[in-house]
Amino acid sequence: MLDQAWRLDGSVALRPEPFGALAYHFGNRRLSFLKTPPLVDVVKRLGDCSTVAEALADSDVPETQWPSYVATLRALAESGMIVRREDAA
Amino acid sequence: MADVAMERTTETDAKLDVKSTPAAEPVVDEGDGVTEELLVEEVSIDGMCGVY
Amino acid sequence: MTLTAFPGHAGLADLFERGLDAPICLTWELTYACNLACTHCLSSSGRRDPDELTTAECMAVIDELQRMQVFYVNIGGGEPTIRHDFWDLLDYAVDHHVGVKFSTNGSRITPERARTLAATDYLDVQVSLDGATADVNDAVRGEGSHATALAAMTCLAEAGMKDFKLSVVCTRHNLDQLDDLKVIADRFGAQLRLTRLRPSGRGADTWHELHPLPEQQRQLYDWLVANGERVLTGDSFFHLSAYGAPLPGLNLCGAGRVVCLIDPVGDVYACPFAIHERFRAGNVRHHPGGFAEVWRHSELFAELRGPQSGGACAHCSAYDSCRGGCMAAKFFTGLPLDAPDPECVKGHGVTALATASARPVPSPDHSRSRGGGAVPVAFGSRPVNRSDTPDRRARRIRCTG
Repeated sequence: MLDQAWRLDGSVALRPEPFGALAYHFGNRRLSFLKTPPLVDVVKRLGDCSTVAEALADSDVPETQWPSYVATLRALAESGMIVRREDAA
Repeated sequence: MADVAMERTTETDAKLDVKSTPAAEPVVDEGDGVTEELLVEEVSIDGMCGVY
Repeated sequence: MTLTAFPGHAGLADLFERGLDAPICLTWELTYACNLACTHCLSSSGRRDPDELTTAECMAVIDELQRMQVFYVNIGGGEPTIRHDFWDLLDYAVDHHVGVKFSTNGSRITPERARTLAATDYLDVQVSLDGATADVNDAVRGEGSHATALAAMTCLAEAGMKDFKLSVVCTRHNLDQLDDLKVIADRFGAQLRLTRLRPSGRGADTWHELHPLPEQQRQLYDWLVANGERVLTGDSFFHLSAYGAPLPGLNLCGAGRVVCLIDPVGDVYACPFAIHERFRAGNVRHHPGGFAEVWRHSELFAELRGPQSGGACAHCSAYDSCRGGCMAAKFFTGLPLDAPDPECVKGHGVTALATASARPVPSPDHSRSRGGGAVPVAFGSRPVNRSDTPDRRARRIRCTG
């Protein structure tokens, strides 16, 4: 996943809260709570970065935490919150 | 765990009302015995008390 | 406060308990007018209030909900489809990125209307029914209401509306019909939703004869455990979690924290089961910042978002799952808010009720006729014990004649 290009799904509303963010998918009505501000940063950057690794690096996520972030992104993918980009550079 | 490209369209899914799973353990087994802490938790939007 | 690792479900509820910058969703009672007179109506509806929000004011509320990114709004009443501008407001909301689910008795759902609804994005419909059979349902909701609801569901199903909701308030008389209600929901491709009866509105008068008996609560809990994956509950049964494993949901009172009510005249209450001055946070018309200002800055909501002591329940072994139950259930049965829930599964509520004060008068009351149902009205005439309420707000106790 680290080498792939992803983006937030267009049906998702991302609403910041002091301790993270709420993400609501208007299409499938699933609601997720993003528990850390850096995760919110990563999710917002995904679409503008050529790879997941780039988004993690740009958000200053320590590499030791990358497995946890990747697992989290996979969960977000499973619920439809983020989708694979076709235009991967 | 294979990466899944979830291409969903609003048209097909607008009527879909998925009840989210009850809160799962916030860790996931990556298959090699290593568990990673999940930084996201799903809640059911129909599971808020105080709403019709 | 920065929070990193979470132990799991409890952590999220703890966070939400402190309140969010905007509701996740909320109930909006659009009108107090209703063509029915259900004996347990939580909003004591029947007659339109002369002061209800205008179409323009409603659109301004929707604009605010959009700005605040409230994800969706449950529109009810009364019977919201009775409002002449209802369908326009519905379109306005979905066009402004506010999802809508509306609650209806079904009386205005025609085949043509159903087809329009089925074709509308971000729209869900919830049909109310309180019995699988007409005799059980109509005793509460009025003669013909069972037939009306089934006709509406037929229209919705035939129009291709998928996964709309069939919403049932659990009572003593329909608790043996849960399987049959599931069959009805399945027949129409709908999702069954079961919710708790609260002694709110006209429910205060009928609660004693409608609320599930203690042994029925166990029956309900067991049924939810067996069927819960396919049934919604609006998280309204967390007081039953004391029986064992928690039921799916946040197990959290969302009132004033993640949800609230906007009523037909713009009053903001902690939740639709708490329509009483005690739980009124403000009015969208009276504050320059409108609904957002009330949500963010009202004293009542600050109070609800503060630490809750748990009162008499704090040292009970079940407290972590039942959280002391429902504040509206306590309030309208005359219990102080730090008392056990009147339906505490351990029986502590029954004990507390033995010495409860007189019940507060539900207010406001838009019923078309008082005591018009099968149940005689009984109101306490002596003042409610106010020792547990803050002094800083003046209160008037209104008594009906």
